[in-house]
Amino acid sequence: MRTLINILVKELLQLRRDPKILPILFIAPVVQLTILGYAATTDVRRVELAICDLDRSAASRTLADAFTGSSYFRQVVAVDSSDDLDFWLDSSRARIALVVPAGFAADRAAGRPTTVQLIADGSDAMVGTLGLSYAQGTLQRVAEAGGFRLPIELRPQVRYNPDLVSRYFMVPAVLAMIIMIMTMMLSSMALVRESENGTMEQLLVTPLSPGAIITGKLVPYALVGTVEILTALPVVLFWFGVPLRGSLLTLAALTAPFMLCTLSIGLLVSTLARTQQQAMMITTFVFMMPQIYLSGFIFPIQNMPRIFQMITYVVPLRYYVQALRGVFLKGVGLEVLWPQGLAMLGLGAVILTLARLRFRSQVG
Amino acid sequence: MSAQAAPAATAPVVTARELSRTFGAFVAVDRVSFEVAPGEIFGFLGSNGAGKTTTIRILCGLLAPTSGSATVAGFDVTSDAARIKTRIGYMSQKFSLYTDLTVDENLRFWGGTYRLWGSEAERRRDWAIEVAGLAARRRTLVRELPGGYRQRLALGCALLHRPPIVFLDEPTGGVDPEARRRFWDLIDDLSVQGTTVFVTTHSMDEAERCHRVALMHAGRLLALDSVRALKRIFPQGTLLEATCPRPAGALEVLERTPGVIEAALFGDRLHAVCERAGMAPVLARALDDAGNGPAAVRAVPPSLEDVFIRTIRDAEAGGRS
Repeated sequence: MRTLINILVKELLQLRRDPKILPILFIAPVVQLTILGYAATTDVRRVELAICDLDRSAASRTLADAFTGSSYFRQVVAVDSSDDLDFWLDSSRARIALVVPAGFAADRAAGRPTTVQLIADGSDAMVGTLGLSYAQGTLQRVAEAGGFRLPIELRPQVRYNPDLVSRYFMVPAVLAMIIMIMTMMLSSMALVRESENGTMEQLLVTPLSPGAIITGKLVPYALVGTVEILTALPVVLFWFGVPLRGSLLTLAALTAPFMLCTLSIGLLVSTLARTQQQAMMITTFVFMMPQIYLSGFIFPIQNMPRIFQMITYVVPLRYYVQALRGVFLKGVGLEVLWPQGLAMLGLGAVILTLARLRFRSQVG
Repeated sequence: MSAQAAPAATAPVVTARELSRTFGAFVAVDRVSFEVAPGEIFGFLGSNGAGKTTTIRILCGLLAPTSGSATVAGFDVTSDAARIKTRIGYMSQKFSLYTDLTVDENLRFWGGTYRLWGSEAERRRDWAIEVAGLAARRRTLVRELPGGYRQRLALGCALLHRPPIVFLDEPTGGVDPEARRRFWDLIDDLSVQGTTVFVTTHSMDEAERCHRVALMHAGRLLALDSVRALKRIFPQGTLLEATCPRPAGALEVLERTPGVIEAALFGDRLHAVCERAGMAPVLARALDDAGNGPAAVRAVPPSLEDVFIRTIRDAEAGGRS
């Protein structure tokens, strides 16, 4: 423990002495948040759809088939009660839900105005809005094809983010990205810098174990990452006014495994690169950009080719973006987000093991 | 030092047996064997790429040998590196303190890596500060220190945990002569107090200050003895030094003269190794006849450099035949 504190003190002293590091740590995130907080949207296909058919008639099935037959939607479940929809929407397994009320067929047959309900997930406004407009289009077509002159009345309901403010769902994702960039960059420099300066060799002749050296690098940067979040959080909450509906504790519980991933990736890079510059390049092009593209942060995962969708399962940022949107907008806790937490924990453990093995083989 | 070290007083503290290390096809260290006695200043002399650093890195447990074996403080370098690390100090060729930390912070950190805490750590830090002559600059950033101070601070750091053996890899590179002399006074002190000092250098002056010198060339250990004994490869009076006003072509003249085994340039002077003593007049006449004269030729005591050049040439001739 004392050994660890000794390394920690040294790392923090070095960070403090670096005149370039403080602006990077505390100003860059705020600037990035502000700029990236306002971001673009793109089109969406294969929106996850939950169907709740309370009417169970030929007419309601025709309506449902119009949705499932469309390339815009992918049915993930059919539930029997609208209460069951909550689970699917809360866990993001479904992004949009279609509820056909009992009496739908009867009303139509009687020529009375009919009503169906659409529930969209507003925590991802991009998917939510577009899903909603696709659904409206689909309903329109069904109505026309059926020769009904009376339009079906649509009662859309957007959950979690009723006004579909894009900031609300972009800002938490940007926060995730910034934490990733900072922690990954810092830790990717960690071991390389020691090698470049010749201090690594000196460290290795001391009785410090490779494990202690690695841990001694992880812990201080985890602290830095934490400070980072605490700096950025007020911007998210007060500047952008993003509601934090979940608890800070949940946020912390999901941030820890994510930082384990990013710090471990950084350390792995640090064992692969010979110079700090190389480390920066590898981090940026091999680990940072692909993660950002494949996290669902910019491009909806639903819209990706199958193979890329598979790859997103090993992208820690994917889980963390989901987790943050869940905590901020849906106010859900670990009871819903535990799969994300567990996935990040697993990925982090694997990457850290790789980094340690690689470091040990390098040392020997 | 401690009771454990007592039986080692007669046994060697470092042994290498047929130690080899290759990097791909390149043989960095080629079947090297030697022993180092406790308290000895053991010099590794050789040009860059001779295999000195590789040998030291193997002994410090930083690099595994390809074949052969070595022990340090009685422990095997391959299987017991962890126990060796608590018993050695190491100063690498490259300056290796944290330049963005102060003198005191460096000492605290490096002491901590050897689990030195509390008052013992404080005493050792004070000692290192005194050795490095940095009492007034404890709070100075290391990057602001002149080279000589840094070198002594690095040595102080390497000695914080009182290791019985210290490995110094070209410790005085880039240091001015005065700082170099003070550094070597420190090495002498250590040796007197019983610390074994294993030092590599390519400086002949420094090698002269070692108790024994190992000559390394192209990965092989060519000779190992005290400086005085090494010089005996030249029989009395067979090493001649010539000076002449027109030195162009003089080296070839000497090499052609019968009775001269070999000749080498030493700055503005020429050294010739002869088959027998008393050849000075012969060489002087040969140089005069060739138009390099008037030449002055006299017998000189061999320097370590003469020994080094001669040993390498012999080894290369032996390797070719």
